[in-house]
Amino acid sequence: MDFLQTLKIALRALRTNKMRSFLTMLGIIIGIAAVIAMMAVGSGASYVISQQIASIGSNIILVLPGSTTSGGMRSGSGGAQTLTSDDVKAIMSECPSVETSAPVVRSSGLAVYGNMNWSTVIMGTTPEMFDIREWGVSSGRSFGQQDVDGAAKVCLLGQTVAENLFGAVDPVGKIIRLKKIPFTVIGVLDRKGQSPQGQDQDDSIFVPLRTAQRNLVRSNHTNMVGAVMVKARSEALLAKAEEEINSLLKQRHRITNAKDPDFSTRNLSEILAVAEQSSKAMSLLLGAVASISLIVGGIGIMNIMLVSVTERTREIGIRMAIGARKNDILLQFMTEAVLLTMIGGLIGIALGAIGATVVSRILSWPTLISIQSITIAFFFSGAVGIFFGFYPARIAAGLNPIDALRYE
Amino acid sequence: MPTVISLTDIRRVFIMGEQQFEALKGVSFSVGEGEFVAIMGASGSGKSTCMNLLGCLDRPTSGVYLLDSLDVGGMDTNQLADIRNKKLGFVFQGFNLLARTPAVENVELPLVYAGLHAKERRAKALAAMERVGLAGKEENHPSQLSGGQQQRVAIARALVNNPAVILADEPTGNLDSATSEEIMNLFTSLNKLGITIIMVTHEADVAAYAGRRITFRDGLIIGDTK
Repeated sequence: MDFLQTLKIALRALRTNKMRSFLTMLGIIIGIAAVIAMMAVGSGASYVISQQIASIGSNIILVLPGSTTSGGMRSGSGGAQTLTSDDVKAIMSECPSVETSAPVVRSSGLAVYGNMNWSTVIMGTTPEMFDIREWGVSSGRSFGQQDVDGAAKVCLLGQTVAENLFGAVDPVGKIIRLKKIPFTVIGVLDRKGQSPQGQDQDDSIFVPLRTAQRNLVRSNHTNMVGAVMVKARSEALLAKAEEEINSLLKQRHRITNAKDPDFSTRNLSEILAVAEQSSKAMSLLLGAVASISLIVGGIGIMNIMLVSVTERTREIGIRMAIGARKNDILLQFMTEAVLLTMIGGLIGIALGAIGATVVSRILSWPTLISIQSITIAFFFSGAVGIFFGFYPARIAAGLNPIDALRYE
Repeated sequence: MPTVISLTDIRRVFIMGEQQFEALKGVSFSVGEGEFVAIMGASGSGKSTCMNLLGCLDRPTSGVYLLDSLDVGGMDTNQLADIRNKKLGFVFQGFNLLARTPAVENVELPLVYAGLHAKERRAKALAAMERVGLAGKEENHPSQLSGGQQQRVAIARALVNNPAVILADEPTGNLDSATSEEIMNLFTSLNKLGITIIMVTHEADVAAYAGRRITFRDGLIIGDTK
């Protein structure tokens, strides 16, 4: 018996009971729509995270000063001032797995231009910083080593700062005041967006390290740096670089108690990996919920197919009497079940795609409908049909033709 | 006259729980090509059991059944399905057509399972319908046809694959007397063209159309008259 004929018979059977066929499909439609929508939302989230990884750079290690203990109170991490510019140079020259490193001193303050003001984060750093974070300028120029060495009073503005202080005016070449000290704006940085922690990375001003150390940060030692950003030579060398930095700094800082160093290192991609993992767990959970609805839908299919086999016992008898083999009957009912689930699957895919688009419009959450998820959903719906259609089809194929013909 | 059907000492025992019931207690007869045989008997006489065996819907407990010189007894269910498809044509009391399916597609059905192509199927089905006088009713659904017309569709379906034997089980049971006569005349004319027909009936006037009457009682043949 050719497959086309089987398909035709199955379609006729489904058309005979249109409403019932539709209601039977509904479980699959909802299940598949949920799978598609969930996967779209999930992969949208993964996409955002991977974008954020790209915006920070994945091979980055952050070295923070440790805590201090004064009068029995321990300050939090970063409370001490134990890292120096010399440490930064040592990390660069003595750790083979490190490509480059940049110190950061951090301060916050008011930036003023004309009658506009904006309170923001001011970071003192070296030109390597922009290499590490792969952060270019959209106008003007970045600062060079001579700006750092000469403690030049120049600054780079983040996009958010530039918009709030200057609006439509081109900031390059203008003079702003940071903590009442005049600085020349030499460039505006590219837009960077949110960090994984939700901070606006564009809401910051960058000045040369020495300028910040001398003029903006109140410190006993002008050589102190707030943190060090280190870029490993490759992602594979990240752990090794972290180890090298640890042993180097312990040596330089004469740490004897290995458990209480005066600094700590953090690996940014670790933080991101956690974020990514949680989003994966989320989509796995949603996938599980969707799978359950698919199983429920599949049981609905099985139920209706069993009813259908009973209703059409006589038809099965007729077909057997005139020469249908067991496998012909099996195939006929399997085809019907798979057709039900696959049509349901296609409708579900369409609904899921529409749903995902609506979600992304309303919640402005990025969604990504991949060909892969559509393919998986389609074949999964077919598999549900095969799995749940098999039992009723086998009952049909196993009927005794004499009894089936006599069935009222 | 070559033999189409040959039964030798056929027994059929039904086992229901602990009880055994012997529906056929050693039946032997043969049917030659071109014969028109009526099988008669009261209900419970074993005639229906015999018909199911002849139709390869059931297998004998013991004995030998040769259909067109093939030993049917040892065949598996798939082989039996193929035998039913190629060697036998069924006509039932209740017509047993597929509802919501055009008449011509009902007639085509055996050819579908025989694996013929759509064009060939349609041509053979149309020819068979013409033979039973149903030209022009091809696209009608069974519900749009009278009882007699429905039975003609069933006869066309039985004829379409050129079977060795047509088996008719009470073919006039659901029809009024005028239509019964019509159907029996159709059988008679088909028989005159050389088609072998075996028919189960309990009505003497219907059996009178057949050239040979085999009578069953209590699982045994008690009469075989020509």
